[in-house]
Parts: sequence; structure tokens; C-alpha cells
Amino acid sequence: MRPFTYERAVDALGAVRSAAATPGARFIAGGTNLLDLMKLEIEQPQHLIDVGRLDLAGIAPMPDGGLRIGASTSNSTVAADPQVLARYPVLSQAIVAGGSPQLRNKATVGGNLLQRTRCAYFYDTTKPCNKRAPGSGCSALEGLNRNAAIFGASTACIATHTSDMAVALAALGAQVETLAASGESRTTPVIDLYRLPGDTPQIETSLAAGDLITAVVLPPPPAGGQIYRKARDRASYAGGLASVAVAGGQVALGMVALKPWRAHATEAALAAGASPTEAIARELEGASPLGRNDFKLPLVARLSAAAIQEANGRGA
Amino acid sequence: MGDVRLKTTITVNGEPCALDVDTRTTLLDALREHLKLTGSKKGCDHGQCGACTVLVNGVRINSCLSLAVMHDGDAVTTIEGVGTPDNLHPVQKAFLTHDAYQCGYCTPGQICSTLGMLKEMEAGVPSQETPAGARPVLSDDEIRERMSGNICRCSAYPQIVAAIKDVAGVAA
Repeated sequence: MRPFTYERAVDALGAVRSAAATPGARFIAGGTNLLDLMKLEIEQPQHLIDVGRLDLAGIAPMPDGGLRIGASTSNSTVAADPQVLARYPVLSQAIVAGGSPQLRNKATVGGNLLQRTRCAYFYDTTKPCNKRAPGSGCSALEGLNRNAAIFGASTACIATHTSDMAVALAALGAQVETLAASGESRTTPVIDLYRLPGDTPQIETSLAAGDLITAVVLPPPPAGGQIYRKARDRASYAGGLASVAVAGGQVALGMVALKPWRAHATEAALAAGASPTEAIARELEGASPLGRNDFKLPLVARLSAAAIQEANGRGA
Repeated sequence: MGDVRLKTTITVNGEPCALDVDTRTTLLDALREHLKLTGSKKGCDHGQCGACTVLVNGVRINSCLSLAVMHDGDAVTTIEGVGTPDNLHPVQKAFLTHDAYQCGYCTPGQICSTLGMLKEMEAGVPSQETPAGARPVLSDDEIRERMSGNICRCSAYPQIVAAIKDVAGVAA
């Protein structure tokens, strides 16, 4: 790990101002992903601003019937929250499908959203990776790419986003609330928080440098059943090969792109009366598998059709 | 660069401990190298094995993936604070009774994790083993799921499950 200075932020505005004023600054809250990457020197911040104890925790109902979840709320707290369990069960299910209990106890909502890809070449500092070292090349194109993206990839990067929580948030149409150094607060749909790789896979989000995620805001839940399903190599504590979140007629896919993938073609087909199998087939017409990840097509088809079917059965 | 050493005070096993450490020091290294509490083990140092599991304010976390300076004012419980050879905690006794280890390297983490896990069960924290909204029951599968963040290289898992069921008062 490279040396760094550390401060504990007193309030959110102080944190973003410090970030704007300090070169090489990064926010830290849970630290479960950032510290892992710092040990490998993939992340080399010169200054850490600890936002973990800011008054950004807590879960509160919104006047419109939605729910506001503070960014430094732990993943475990969100998953166990009675309002989440009662009205947004897909979010609780997605969270407990990710990481281990110890990680979920420490990891925060904001940090979960900003966790970085687990692509083997991003982690292997002896190999080229455009995301870690822009312009060096993508080792995964011809390498270990069994878990690569089938949607929205580019010749510069075929990695996937690995958050389970973000897939549920995408299906629920969640908004991300951010604070800029200017003091301006902004909301962005969670699916627009992430960028597809294009030629610049090192630029991962639409956030400006120093923007701090302060909350995730859920709209009232859509009518219908909710479910999260994840396929992976082990039964527990493993990154996904593919996942699906269903909330009424809203469907998002996980681990198939560098962002949670809102399945608009599937949603349109379902709304037009298509069967779940037909509806997910419409989405997969736009997929571009690479060979070693061809299996994701039937996997996503079966996982999604079954999940949509089951959610329909649960819909009141 | 500014000061890369910081003073921080952490209450460890009930005793306030003043530390003056490099900011890079993980909570695990502070416990082991500075406070000489070597019960918490360093396995992978990347949050994958759970050998470093301790309780912070009663909640189990991986001490390797946290900085000591992030824990100023926190109360940390390590295996040394759980019980002593003359006064074992019931979870420690159950691990002995059921032979729930071979080499023992993962055991402090397994025991601290068990303590955190049982509290989480009481608090109704969900797991993927139990359908949303249902009250979890400490079945073998539920224990395996909730303990999946603790790896045992000797694979004493059946005995660990038996020890946990015993201490939780669940019929094996």
C-alpha cells in the first residue's frame, strides 16, 4: 500500500470541499473494496476522506411513497430493514446474494455502487488492462473471459459490473443523490450513473471528480411481484455469472455488462403480452457473446424466464 | 505529503488502547503487531477467508479490510476478549466438544463470526437461505450460508455446524 494522509470528515459539504481541494483524494466509508485494491496498488490515493460516520445513514419514507436510503447505511442494515423487506424485497434478496456477512456488515450503499470490476486482468497488475492502465490493451479479449459482458462491451474492455445490489436498484428505477463541491445536490437514475466502456473504460461513472453519493432514492414500488435470482460457481460468497432482478414489469440483468442492464426490450415485450421466454429472447437478440461466455445466453434466458414467471405468481 | 501517522484510541476487549500508527495500518495489524493480540489471524489479507473476523461494536467484520484509524472510539472484541483458558465462552466449549477444528488457524475467526452470526439471527437479519419475510431457523444450510465468509482449509465444516447448533440449543 502506498502512503496516504487521512481525515475524518465532519460533514458532507466539508468532505466534498476537501476532495476538491486535495490532489489524489478519495472517499472511504466501508473500505472493503477500496482497501483491497490499495493493497494491490491498483488504487493509489494520496489522501483518504473518511465519510463513514457522516450523517448519511438511515432509511426514511419519502412523501411520494418512496424510500430514501442514506449512502453510508451498511448493506446488512438495508437488507434487514422492515420497510425494505415489506415493499422492496428484491433489494434485500440482491444484497444478501452478494459478498459475505462480514463484508455486508461493513460495506455501505454508496461504496457498493462504486465497487470496481472483478475482471481477473484488472486485478493482475502484471497484465495489460485499459481500465487500470489506459491504452495498455485488454487482456481479457483473448484471455480468461468466461465471465465477460454480452451487452455493451467494446474492444477496449469487456468487463462486467459485479454489484448485486445495483441490479435490484436498476429494476426498481432508483435514483442516486450526489453532492458536488459547489454544494449542488443532483439526482441521477442509477442506470445512468454507470458508463459503458467505449474507448475510455477507465471512466466508469457519470460522477464528476469529488462528487459524493449521499443517498439512494427508491420510487414507490411498481405493482407486481419482486424477485432476485443469481447464478454462480459456488452456492454462496461468489461473484455472479448472471443475475436478474424483477420488480413487477421492470427487469434488470446483472453481470452481463459493465453496468446493471435494464432489459427494456424484455419489458416492452412483456407489456405487449409476450411470454417470459419470448420476452427475454427479445433482449438477447441484442447480445454479443465472445465464445467462452456463450453459455450466458441460455443461462440468462432460463434464469430470467423463471424469475419473471415466479414474480408474476407473487404479484398481488 | 502531510502526516501519515495518526493517533487513535480503540477500546479493545474493554480496555482503551492508545495507538500511534501509520495510516496504512489495518485494524488486524494494529491488533496483532501493535497490541500483540495475535489471536486474530491473517489468512488471505483480502477479506476472502474470514480468519481475521472480529466484532466491532458487536458486529462481525473482516479486520484486514479496515484501517485502524477508521475505528477511533470503537469497541473491538477479539478472541482474547471472548474467553480465557480457565473461563471458556460456551461457543469455545462447543468447538472443543465437537472437535470443530484441526489446525485451529481459522478458529478464532470462526468463533468471533459465530458470535456475530447468532446476534444477527436474533435481530432478524435475512440470508439468501430463508425466503424474504420468513423467520430464519438455524438449519445446517442456514448455518453454512451465514458462515460462508469463514473458510476452513482443514474442512472441519460438519463439526463447526454441529458446534454452532449445540451452542444455539438446536438439536443436531
